[in-house]
Amino acid sequence: MPGKLKAKIVAGRHLPVMDRASDLTDAFVEVKFGNTTFKTDVCHKSLNPQWNSEWFKFEVDDEDLQDEPLQITVLDHDTYSANDAIGKVYIDIDPLLCTEAASVISGWFPIYDTIHGIRGEINVLVKVELFNDLNRFRQSSCGVKFFCTTSIPRCYRAAMVHGFVEELVVNEDPEYQWIDRIRTPRASNEARQRLISLMSGELQRKIGLKVLEMGGNAVVGYLQCFDLEGESGLVVRAIGTACTLDKVSSGSAPNTNTHVHPNTAPASNACNSPSKDGKESPLAHGCRSTHNSPVHSVCSSQRLSQNFSVSVPTLIFTGMGSGGSAGKEAGPLKTLLRQHTQTALEQREFPFFTLTSFPPGFLVHVGGVVSARSVKLLDRIHNPALGNTRSYKLLDWNSVTADEPETRDAWWEEIRQEIKSHAKALGCHAVVGYSESTSICEEVCILSASGTAAILNPRYMREGCLDIGSTDHRFEDPSPPSCGFCHIPYDELNMPFPAQLTYCYHCRRQKVPDVLFTTIDLPSEAAVTGKGCLIQARLCRLKKKAQGEVNATAISNLLPFMEYELHTQLMNKLKLRNMNALFGLHIQISVGENMLLGLASATGVYLTALPAPGGIQIAGKTPGDLSNEHHILTIQKRINDTIAKNKELYQINPPKLFALDPEVFCGINMELTEEGLGSPIPEPRQRSRLFRSHSESSDELSELDLSHGKKDAFVLEIDDTDAVEDIHSLLTDAPPPTGFYSCNTEIMPGIYNWTSGIQMFTSVRVFRLSNANLTNQGLNKIFTDLCENLLKSFYFKLRSMIPCCLCHLNFTVAVPEEELIQVAVTAVAMTFDKDQAQEKPAEKPINKGSSENEEQLQFPLELCADVSSANTQPSSKVSGTVSLLTPAAKLCQNQLVMIHLPGVPESTNVSSRAASVDYGSFADRCSTWLELLRLKAHTIRRGSVKTSRRTQSLAHSVSSLERCSPLPEGRSRSLRSSRSFGGSSVTVVKMTPLSFLPGIRIIKYLGIINMFFIRETTSLREEGGVSGFLHSFIAEVFAMVRAHVAALGGNAVVSYSMKECVLMENPNKNQAQCLINVSGDAVICVRETDQEPTASMTNIGQTCCSANDGAT
Amino acid sequence: MAVELDVFVGNTTIMDEEVYQLWLDGYTVNDAVKVRMEGGVLDECEASADVLLSDTMDQYRTFQMCERLLHSPAKLANQLLFQIPPHRQTVLIERYYAFDDAFVREVLGKKLSKGTKKDLDDISAKTGVTLKSCRRQFDNFKRVFKVVEELKGPLVENIRQHFLLSDKLARDYAAIVFFTNNRFETGKRKLQYLTFQDFAFCAGQLINNWTVGAVDNMVEDMDVDLDKEFLQELKELKILITDKDLLDQHKSLVCTALRGKTKAFNEMEANFKNLSRGLVNIAAKLTNTKDVRDFFIDLVEKFIEPCRSDRWTAADMKLYLTHYTNSAHILDTFKHQVVWDRYMGVIKSCIFKMYHD
Repeated sequence: MPGKLKAKIVAGRHLPVMDRASDLTDAFVEVKFGNTTFKTDVCHKSLNPQWNSEWFKFEVDDEDLQDEPLQITVLDHDTYSANDAIGKVYIDIDPLLCTEAASVISGWFPIYDTIHGIRGEINVLVKVELFNDLNRFRQSSCGVKFFCTTSIPRCYRAAMVHGFVEELVVNEDPEYQWIDRIRTPRASNEARQRLISLMSGELQRKIGLKVLEMGGNAVVGYLQCFDLEGESGLVVRAIGTACTLDKVSSGSAPNTNTHVHPNTAPASNACNSPSKDGKESPLAHGCRSTHNSPVHSVCSSQRLSQNFSVSVPTLIFTGMGSGGSAGKEAGPLKTLLRQHTQTALEQREFPFFTLTSFPPGFLVHVGGVVSARSVKLLDRIHNPALGNTRSYKLLDWNSVTADEPETRDAWWEEIRQEIKSHAKALGCHAVVGYSESTSICEEVCILSASGTAAILNPRYMREGCLDIGSTDHRFEDPSPPSCGFCHIPYDELNMPFPAQLTYCYHCRRQKVPDVLFTTIDLPSEAAVTGKGCLIQARLCRLKKKAQGEVNATAISNLLPFMEYELHTQLMNKLKLRNMNALFGLHIQISVGENMLLGLASATGVYLTALPAPGGIQIAGKTPGDLSNEHHILTIQKRINDTIAKNKELYQINPPKLFALDPEVFCGINMELTEEGLGSPIPEPRQRSRLFRSHSESSDELSELDLSHGKKDAFVLEIDDTDAVEDIHSLLTDAPPPTGFYSCNTEIMPGIYNWTSGIQMFTSVRVFRLSNANLTNQGLNKIFTDLCENLLKSFYFKLRSMIPCCLCHLNFTVAVPEEELIQVAVTAVAMTFDKDQAQEKPAEKPINKGSSENEEQLQFPLELCADVSSANTQPSSKVSGTVSLLTPAAKLCQNQLVMIHLPGVPESTNVSSRAASVDYGSFADRCSTWLELLRLKAHTIRRGSVKTSRRTQSLAHSVSSLERCSPLPEGRSRSLRSSRSFGGSSVTVVKMTPLSFLPGIRIIKYLGIINMFFIRETTSLREEGGVSGFLHSFIAEVFAMVRAHVAALGGNAVVSYSMKECVLMENPNKNQAQCLINVSGDAVICVRETDQEPTASMTNIGQTCCSANDGAT
Repeated sequence: MAVELDVFVGNTTIMDEEVYQLWLDGYTVNDAVKVRMEGGVLDECEASADVLLSDTMDQYRTFQMCERLLHSPAKLANQLLFQIPPHRQTVLIERYYAFDDAFVREVLGKKLSKGTKKDLDDISAKTGVTLKSCRRQFDNFKRVFKVVEELKGPLVENIRQHFLLSDKLARDYAAIVFFTNNRFETGKRKLQYLTFQDFAFCAGQLINNWTVGAVDNMVEDMDVDLDKEFLQELKELKILITDKDLLDQHKSLVCTALRGKTKAFNEMEANFKNLSRGLVNIAAKLTNTKDVRDFFIDLVEKFIEPCRSDRWTAADMKLYLTHYTNSAHILDTFKHQVVWDRYMGVIKSCIFKMYHD
């Protein structure tokens, strides 16, 4: 399928002065694609040239279209000497290759130079015409859509999830070629940028081919990374989840029964949908998941040996406490069922999914975190002997050095096998929330992979789920969605590690672990008590400097201890916050020459289904010592106080209070009915849920109380100073200031009403350790302080957005040099409406998201119902569940009443007191917030009326300016319209690391943004030192991302992330270099105009927020 | 042990107006941190001094990067580097171009040359405005002056369009440009009591009435230079003081009108000839550039000071000037009514504005 690429250079603006004599520039443009180059005329003596060139046409293969970027170089014409380059623009034309995405690229692009940064802008138009070609052996994969988003993108529906795709490409790093000694830094940087652009293009194409082979039409959760291995080369690798996506037309979402044959749906939608050859792995039939098995988070890493690799033998159990009840029900049925599903997934090599959130019903059970690490030595032997002449040319690895990528492939293969076997040990057949990463220092490389072992509903992975839909339905998992995923997937009698199991506190029927760790986002349907919070474990370990194998051994010996300590810290901090589950767990271990850094981030929550965490008890080893005893007592008191404080802070009121408090109980009822009314069709599933929550809320009490006394406290022993330090560090984590919440997941559990104010930011800090002989403890403290101070800085900077939540806090640590620690953070601050924040998800911006998800699911469900015969009617399913449930429930209730009566008055007292306090402060906050809103609304009104009057005082009253900020806006607009040189042409582009924007609906995905930039300077001091240098570089990267999105016709970037930020500096030489890799999904979105009926309030809130939005 | 690098970059550029003001006022980072600490930001946000320092540094860096754009504000709306909401852009520009009255009073009417720039440290010491801030303000004046100098069209409108300033600020800049261009003397001891706003008002009057642009607004340089023809015509007014009859007639007309209406009548009557001579002489001399420069000092010396020493009230002044102007119309041998009105209109409002302590 060859195509014609057309490009037109329209104009330039704000060009730099290239000719000192005239203070002007004689600019012209070279447009290059592949080996073809066109030039525009020289536009003499202008800083704002108008070229208005003809259409430059390139006739090329689609393979090249996918691999190559369009390269635009702006030059200054010089009659006597060589032309000077002003800068370049690389345009990835991939988005144009997909019919559904953008159709034209048109807009102002910053002209970028690796030495000088952005130097003016250029206006370019790019189009592609593709010709159809039915070549079966094609190497291209045009039309496969890529998404960085790790969930099914909004406005799509997953017809099928095929599974894991991976690929890697290797090349020599131009920076390490001999030619680098003689070429300019600029040439070298550009060679690198271009090479990486080519390599990622190739990688994407190859992944696309795999997807087509699997029968999919899209890659979701696409994660591409670079390994800068230095002398041994450059690796670009990517993983993702292949899916078949159907577009959901925004208008008639849920009830599109028009697609009767889902098989044809993807075919018509995808621009070139795969032919379905029998290659599809025949997945199991008639599987269901009635399991109840316990789970825990296992994180282990095991040996991986190969010539130079060194193994990391560990099996770490994060499940603390022991014992565990033996379940009886886990009978043969369960194993049988598991076998079914397992065979289904085992057909695949790696049943991995890079997704972190799923359509409801997809995730059946979650086992726990599985992770594997391996230390490898990068060796030059693997490095191909390359001819220096092809510094730019991408190597054909099939012919020249097929060995190299294979080596890397083999490394990853080992790790993945490891992960797979861990998952199996947890009784799970799949791994979700899967990700891979590396950390490289000199020739040592740590490869890491982690994910969450899980059991999935295979319905999504089968072709023609229609036919088997009936069986699915009959054996529909009876666990309610709000707790089902917590139920253990493994065998109670044969647990993979010691864990304490209890009956689920939500449905009372199946076993749950006492703690649950996962790498995924909190499922939207999960029942949560209170709010969540960011929990971080930080750790530094010194190591001796060493070379080669010795070094690798030293590192791999340290790793298990680090993992163990990180997990202990996480567990302690979790208990300290009175929470019982971690989501979005991400553990990064970074290697430096003389130390290892470990940073684990996760979002802690109190899952209603899991038992309440016991407290932390301090025990001393030397009981005789009185002062010691006293010391322990004070620490114990502090810990208890902290726990109590955190309980209040995160509003963790254990569920029994809810159940006993009539008011709250009413609340639950209301909410449930509302939910029923809210959805277009009262789905049977929902009704059943409603019923269940009724019954369980009453029957919950019994066992809650029964288990009350025997809750095991978590014991910390103080036997040496280390332990004391640990406890101190435990207590030094400051909670976020009032009005702030933070989490590293997509959204904050417990907050449901986001307003539209968002602020995405990137922050980087580098800390220099000066005294040479630091202890581990000292290092830990420094590292902890560094992270804590960063967070404090964020809170301070974003204080104008309160109440707000920092979401998707993504910390990346590195040890760029011997005594440097670098922490880079990308996150988004989002405002929310404090009023409703206290209430449960009554109805909801987010639920909007989840309901959208439900739409995705409803389709197959409905189809099933339609096509399959009467016995699978939803109603029959419900009744079945009910009948199953009732006898047990009744029994429970009886017992409950008898056991409970004496205890009731007391607890009611407690609860009502708690409630009243809470509501008091809530009302208080409410009223102040209302006041604020009123005030703001007032100022806005006033401002608009008194425009002219106000302007008079503008220059003088600095403070009044602040108050009437909306006013200058109006004025400036009127002014600008009258201005001779056209008004602002810059589209506002929002950016967020999340997959959605609050209050805004994504209507179209325009393609993936994947950009790599290098910036170098030889005048570091003049640019304001490293901070000044990096500050402007990050700002430039943002600007280039925004410009590309705007040129595609988009107005937002979702799932934005900064994958790489490598900074090298040499202040003595006044030099610095930085590499940044960013990615995200370009989208078009519109404001959600069809707002809830709570109009007046929300509207005012929104006006304010949009003002705030701007203000921040 | 030190933080070697510390940056925070928002997709929407974060700017704190308080810090911006401190930056504009020429505070160093450390001083700014002190001021902010005293202002109590820390207490309301539970932050430490480190946090404040880091935040201030970040913001200062951002402002420094923005400064280049602020030099040609139109670029700010079109640039891609910083995503700044429009209303915030307006605030940035407006504040950047704002100036201290104390400072502008010192340089008003002076040549915006390197020499003046060298004296800025003296001005800084005298006014208490930091040298950095003085430089910014001075450079702003110079920049606006250079851009507008060559342009056609109304001065205020040109400034507003090129620098996207508010109407008020654009008018002030117009005054500065006008004063600079005509090199009006404003620094003499006797003029010290006048504020910049007094001068700005007068400049507005002169621009609107005495320049070429006031009559025909398609002429080059129209708003910056005084109307030469008009200045020539002003010579004709001399007849009011040279012709003895006319002078007496004028005096009697004015005195008749004033009698009984003010306590200062006697002084007015006694001083009439002197005052009239003063005003008409100013008019007649305006063809000399040197005398144009001394316009304000002449007004003060020849008219305001004598009146003040006779303890005229502002109302007296108003009354006197109104009748003085109007009576000239009744003089049948006086033919230069149009020029007289154009002259006296401005003189009247300037003197009203300038007649205070």
